[in-house]
Amino acid sequence: MLNKSLQPSQTTTNQYRHLQDRVFKLLVKAAALLSVLILVGIFFLLVWNGFQMFKEVSIWQFFFSSEWNPGALKNPQYGIGGMVGGTMLVTAAAIMLAFPLGIALAAYLSEVASPRMRGFVRPIIELLAGIPSVVVGFIGIVVIGPFLAQVFNLPNGFTALNGAILLAIMALPSIVTVAEDAIRAVPRSYREASYALGSNKWTTLIRVTLPAAGSGIIAAGVLGVGRAVGETMTVLMATGNALEVPGSLFDSVRTMTATMAIEMGEVPFGTTHYYSLFAIGATLFVMSLLFNLTAEYLAAKFRQLS
Amino acid sequence: MVRQFILFWVIFGLSACRPVQTIEQVQIKGSDSEVAVVMALAESFMNHEHRVSVSVKGGGSGSGIAALLNGKTDIANSSRDMSVKELEMAAARSIRPVPVVFAEDVLVFILHPSLQIRTLTLEQLAGIYRGDIRNWKEVGGPDREISLYGRQSNSGTYVYLRENILKAEYSSKVKGMNGTAQIVEAIKQDRGGIGYVSLGYVQHGGKPSAGISVIRIGSGEGVSPLDASAVASGLYPLKRPLYHFLNGPARGKLAAFLRFERSEQGKAIIRESGYIPVELPLALAPGAEVSSMAQPVYAK
Repeated sequence: MLNKSLQPSQTTTNQYRHLQDRVFKLLVKAAALLSVLILVGIFFLLVWNGFQMFKEVSIWQFFFSSEWNPGALKNPQYGIGGMVGGTMLVTAAAIMLAFPLGIALAAYLSEVASPRMRGFVRPIIELLAGIPSVVVGFIGIVVIGPFLAQVFNLPNGFTALNGAILLAIMALPSIVTVAEDAIRAVPRSYREASYALGSNKWTTLIRVTLPAAGSGIIAAGVLGVGRAVGETMTVLMATGNALEVPGSLFDSVRTMTATMAIEMGEVPFGTTHYYSLFAIGATLFVMSLLFNLTAEYLAAKFRQLS
Repeated sequence: MVRQFILFWVIFGLSACRPVQTIEQVQIKGSDSEVAVVMALAESFMNHEHRVSVSVKGGGSGSGIAALLNGKTDIANSSRDMSVKELEMAAARSIRPVPVVFAEDVLVFILHPSLQIRTLTLEQLAGIYRGDIRNWKEVGGPDREISLYGRQSNSGTYVYLRENILKAEYSSKVKGMNGTAQIVEAIKQDRGGIGYVSLGYVQHGGKPSAGISVIRIGSGEGVSPLDASAVASGLYPLKRPLYHFLNGPARGKLAAFLRFERSEQGKAIIRESGYIPVELPLALAPGAEVSSMAQPVYAK
């Protein structure tokens, strides 16, 4: 009797569940597809608009000349060599500063620090990520720039180094968070095995734990580079925006993002200058894509090894 | 007693209900050389005309003109004339730019005081900004590298200097600062620094601000931009008109604002801000209250 009354209602529940599952699956799939579509859309928008420029400017000039002067009196110049160099210089220097510091901090937080210390330091590092980039740029102008000028006896602080330090500060939180998670995810048994073989804490960290977390640490580095390469406001404010090809970290540089931000406001639609800004955007997009693919490949290699 | 109390509040309440007014918006955008003085004018104007709200933004002459061409602003402030290209684009979009010169600006070059240079010729200044002269000792200063400060290419001043003084492209070493105030701050700190700004940014009550020195231009003693009579007579070479560009002749609220700029009060504000008021006919739409309908033409 009881059984009979239950039977039909259970099938409807099952059917209902089944339907729910299918709808949900579809929704998630749609979301995933949407993000792919948006990415492809952005890429084609950039490339399509960027390509319009090559009707008037040779590809050779665009990539290999460092003369950028679209508003010139006589011969407008569209060479992005200088700003690509500036972008790479600032980004590379920022990562060289932020990566070792970030990994050290992550190792400290996960392996050395007491829970109380960790509870104190980690939120502070995460708060760094919340500082608006304009504020970071401002700090670069009034604090770090003048300080660098004094220490290195420079005429002014508007240098690639200033931008790199600021970007390092901004990239630090993401590097630390991701790297710390990766280090924590290394199974305890690895460390115990190392201790059992007689290694101390330091050797264990350097020879066992960090290599085991390698793919995660590389991911942290990539995230940091991504943050640094695309950052606009801070470098726009702090690096002086001179168009010359940088010779050292003490020169003023103008990055690709800064060029787009500065010139988007003045450029009339549909001109070669307008399209050239899209071409810069497309180049930046391809650069970060290539970089991400390389990092992905390296991380995969690492995973096989460990 | 209670009745009086109620009566009081009713009258008080009613008196607060003025007839509903619609506030009209005026958007002004463009030149950083003009933003401070136009903001001062707008504030004073709004004290007279409560029904109009004027918002003034900087961003450079280029961005002001682009905003006018894109229909995003009522008035484009510009410290340069519109280029042929921009006029063509305006025609293609059936926008009729009308220039109104409301003041003149004096352009000054500023240096770090430790350089001990007081006078430079226009030739020397052009050479410095073209990158031909790289060390201060070449123009009689100490053996120190010159660091150049300027504006980005959306600045009207950038274009004005390139066309009138440099007559060539800027050196690629010029640092593009994000506004005039940033140039002044940078020069105060940089012992080899030179920059160009509007006079209004460096003088307060006829005296230059502390921490920078203002260059006299010419051979021998040269002419100081702080000498008002030399500037007025045209002896100081870097005087240029400051424009508003409107789409079509001014009407209504825009005409009211332009008229206010020409009033004695407006002129006083312009003078206080370090600029020179001008006496030129105003461009107004037919039916507006000013007799002169002539299109203003700036006499050089």
